[in-house]
Amino acid sequence: MSRRPFDPRLLRRVPAARRQLAALGALGVVAAALIITQATALAALLAAAADGRLDRAALAAFLATVAARAVLLWAQGVIAAATAATVKATLRAELLGAVGTRGPGWLAGQRAGQLATLAGRGLDALDAYFTGYLPQLVLSVTVPIAVLARLTFADWSTAVVIAVTLPLIPIFGALLGWQAQAATERQWRRLSRLGGHFLDMVAGLPTLRAFGRARAQVEVVRRMADGHRIATMRTLRIAFLSALVLELVATLSVALVAVPVGLRLLGGGLTLQTALLVLLLAPEAYLPLRAAGSRFHASMEGLTALNEAFTVTAPAAGAPTGRRLPPPAPTELRFENVTVEYDRTVALRDVSLTIHAGERIAVVGPSGAGKSTLLGLLLGFVTPTRGRILVDGVDLATLDPDVWRRQLAWVPQRAHLFAASLADNICLGEPDAAPERVRGAVRAAALDDVVRHLPDGLDTLLGERGHGLSSGQRQRVALARAFLRDAPIVLLDEPTARLDGAAEAAVLDATRRLVAGRTALLVAHRPALLRDADRVLRVDDGRVTELTTSAGATDGTGATGLAGPVGLTGALG
Amino acid sequence: MRLAAERAALRLARPYLRRLVGAGLLAAGTELAGLALMATATWLLVTAAGRPPLDALTVAIVGVRALAISRGVLRYTERLAGHDAVLRIITDVRARVFATLAGRPATADQRSGDALSRLVSDVEAVQDLLLRVLVPGAAATVVAVLAVAGAAAVSPAAAVALAVGLFVAGVLLPAAATALTRRSADRIAPLRGALAVDAVDLTHGAADLAAFGATGSALQRATGHARELARLERRTAVGGAAIDGAGTLTAGATAAAVVFAALNAGADGVLVGVLAVGTLAAVEATLALVASARQWRQLRTALSRVAPFLDAPAPDPGPVGRTVVAAESPERAPEGPGHDCTIDGVTVRYRAGAAPALDGVGLALPAGRRVAIVGPSGAGKSTLLGVLTGAVAPTAGAATLDGTPITAYGPERRARLVGGLLAEAYVFHATVRENLLLGRPGATDGELAAAAAVAGLGDWVDDQPARWDTVVGEDGAQLSGGQRQRLALARALLAAPAVLVLDEPTEGLDPAAADRVLDAVLASLAPERSLVLVTHRLRGLDASDEVVVLDAGRIVQRGTAAELAAAPGWYREQWQMQQAAERGYTALAP
Repeated sequence: MSRRPFDPRLLRRVPAARRQLAALGALGVVAAALIITQATALAALLAAAADGRLDRAALAAFLATVAARAVLLWAQGVIAAATAATVKATLRAELLGAVGTRGPGWLAGQRAGQLATLAGRGLDALDAYFTGYLPQLVLSVTVPIAVLARLTFADWSTAVVIAVTLPLIPIFGALLGWQAQAATERQWRRLSRLGGHFLDMVAGLPTLRAFGRARAQVEVVRRMADGHRIATMRTLRIAFLSALVLELVATLSVALVAVPVGLRLLGGGLTLQTALLVLLLAPEAYLPLRAAGSRFHASMEGLTALNEAFTVTAPAAGAPTGRRLPPPAPTELRFENVTVEYDRTVALRDVSLTIHAGERIAVVGPSGAGKSTLLGLLLGFVTPTRGRILVDGVDLATLDPDVWRRQLAWVPQRAHLFAASLADNICLGEPDAAPERVRGAVRAAALDDVVRHLPDGLDTLLGERGHGLSSGQRQRVALARAFLRDAPIVLLDEPTARLDGAAEAAVLDATRRLVAGRTALLVAHRPALLRDADRVLRVDDGRVTELTTSAGATDGTGATGLAGPVGLTGALG
Repeated sequence: MRLAAERAALRLARPYLRRLVGAGLLAAGTELAGLALMATATWLLVTAAGRPPLDALTVAIVGVRALAISRGVLRYTERLAGHDAVLRIITDVRARVFATLAGRPATADQRSGDALSRLVSDVEAVQDLLLRVLVPGAAATVVAVLAVAGAAAVSPAAAVALAVGLFVAGVLLPAAATALTRRSADRIAPLRGALAVDAVDLTHGAADLAAFGATGSALQRATGHARELARLERRTAVGGAAIDGAGTLTAGATAAAVVFAALNAGADGVLVGVLAVGTLAAVEATLALVASARQWRQLRTALSRVAPFLDAPAPDPGPVGRTVVAAESPERAPEGPGHDCTIDGVTVRYRAGAAPALDGVGLALPAGRRVAIVGPSGAGKSTLLGVLTGAVAPTAGAATLDGTPITAYGPERRARLVGGLLAEAYVFHATVRENLLLGRPGATDGELAAAAAVAGLGDWVDDQPARWDTVVGEDGAQLSGGQRQRLALARALLAAPAVLVLDEPTEGLDPAAADRVLDAVLASLAPERSLVLVTHRLRGLDASDEVVVLDAGRIVQRGTAAELAAAPGWYREQWQMQQAAERGYTALAP
């Protein structure tokens, strides 16, 4: 959105860059002074040379100024690059940090590929902005002012020509540049999509092969890339047009200055030294504006990424998180009229429910009925749209989520495995766990057989997203994580979903050991899990009803059986 | 080997060489017009100071105006021509890189974040290489040669001074820039790759990290990488900016030396000024090579990583681990419904010396046959499906379709003959329609609806505001597990291969829904089509002609479901266990 060449949020959001930006401004003023000095010395040198004389004082002054400009250029480069590095590191930390603070719920609608592109290549576009564009932007203010001031004294009529033509550059730049900007933003979005598209295509390659579409998809990728080229060329034709106009204004102005000055020299109304000074200084007045203009296109990508990063990491939009410490061993979890609404659907409707410590509760119901949302609420990934959840009478929303989650062990439907060793993946919650405990968790999750067949055992490195393990094996890694967690409350989202009968039996045994003496909430599609449940909850279309268990393990801890208004026949056919 | 990157770049550029050379010449013309403009204007002023008649200046006045216009126009044309040529090359690169990836078997070290960073950044690197290194490099060389020649005509001594300055600006400084950036560039690229993987883990794994309180340490690692990257970038800038400063110094010192030398040699006073101004312009133009050298060093790392991906011979993946000449043989593989498939004495050994994943397995699949494959995990069920679909080449024995080895069919044809729902079916970040059309491109809405109805997805689709155009999220993230499974199943049904392979089609569905879906699938299957069903759930297998129990790569039991349920063995144990469990489940009904 930002049309300004400098985003003022930069000063507010990246305070570390303030001093560096101020230094860049100061150097811009010095640079302008040095440009005047150098031109003056060179004009004197060349005027003398025209008579065949060598003006040693002018030569010395020229060389000294050149040396000073060299040092200044070095300082500018170092500071500009340091600013870029500071801003990028700060924004990367904020961007990835936002993923942590806003939680998985916020990410559900975001695309990982897009965020990864922004945190990587997207922000690297800021290099061009800080080292290329911004220093020129400073010079484009200081140098024209200095040149005009100097020429007013030397030859005011030239100063008038420059003063009249100079504003044409920003005017044309604005007229043509805005269009280029809109086009650049479109190009940027396209690039992001292209990044996501590639990731998607690469991740889905096995499926593409299975349908014999891998070869055909190469054509799709080519079409996407070709679309990218055509869109980019359309942008460039306009972006370069502005550069053309700017260049024409500048070079024609030199002609406009040189020809009349030459004619006045002919008439004797001017000294050669002044005429040369005018000729040398005139292009300098336009140079920074043109340089900034020609880099505007490249820097826009950086500014767009900057804008996106500021938007994504905008403070206050994150869900407020509590700071209270949860009770050490909660005895009761209570849902009070909890309703959860998503964009399109209502996931849970007015759910009231009490879970006592030590109860093992199975949750059944058709797919998409809201079972996973129930677990998401307890994990704090989902916040109730209405109603609240009480932990021993304390609202869950006021609790420190990290401390609260330490009481939970979670086995999701599709656990994410990381590009790290198998051991690291299991020790996700406890990086310092003793090897003996890790081996115990591996055994408990019936994973020891898998580990034995891996080339490096527990130290085997997994590919990104656990590449190299089957889905059943991944599920058992997730179970091992939960075993190692050793938390009082376990949340299992279909823990045996990807296991065959034999492995399921082994995992069920392990699950029984895991839930013994703990509070457990088990989402179950498989009947085998229901046998050990104290209570069974049925979720259908966001409503939760309690079913009496005929298996009868109810021990009177408050789990009063309540036959649902909809019979199980509805659920089980 | 050392020049693999350069050779790859040249090979890519060859079809577009004329466009690239044209752009280089236009760039040289642009620089020369700028140089000539300042030189002519200086000549005009110095000559005018001598008060000649106006006629002596006319040509210079016209020249100044003409050069002022031509420079801008030349620049515009050059940039468009250069970008167009390079973007055309890049389109080739993207397609080739993807084709190569498509042709590779999935291996454990393939990281999608790396692949993303490779495809986006490295490919951009090739673009930058051609645009910012080759084109300006050619232009600077042309300008330098012409400038020295021009100076020599005025004063050989001045020409020597100019040549020395141009040598510093065009050779020494670029070489220094190359040396300075070499080490940091080699370290910056892997760090960027690591950051990309971090970002993928932090976003895709956000829930897992949060639940296990590991967000902090993952974040710490990522910001550590980001900080290290920033440190490297700062350090690179100190040396890099020093070279920029040296460039300015070189331009000024050369101009001073040229003036000094020309005056000492007694050159015409009028031309000394022209020489000085021209020198400044020529050295500035040559200094573009410093930027090129810097780019080149940074890009080379990326380019050499792209290079191995450019050699896609043909985008035919073939079976895993073995190159098969894909001989499309339409005359031997008639289209049409009835096909007989046979697996005969197939043994698969993934590593020499290791226990075989399949050991002498035989299976007859005449047209219309329905076979269920059951057994404990790791028994070889997926490998058997791999052999059947041609993804795994047997170590011994053969899988044939109508008498021809399955691996001899081209991948497209093979997929139409044998395929379906395989393990880890991927759902693309696209609309429901696009995901389904993958099964059968060109399917009508009616066919989509029919397949979706069988898979039990129809009601959900009807509930969505955008219906078939509902976007499902990356890897189906916007779908529930059950819906995702139904979508993958519907896609397999739509594909309708002669031999339909279904690997755990009802996984993630509750028992009632699983029964409904399986019944619907069986009912919808045309009688001449064969079905191979892999499942852990033994209910609903009565409709199968044969049930095969695999264990440790061997067939340990086979027969009808009823026969197996009556005989002692793995099947009966599992059957009884599952029956008991489901009874317990249904007993919950009031």
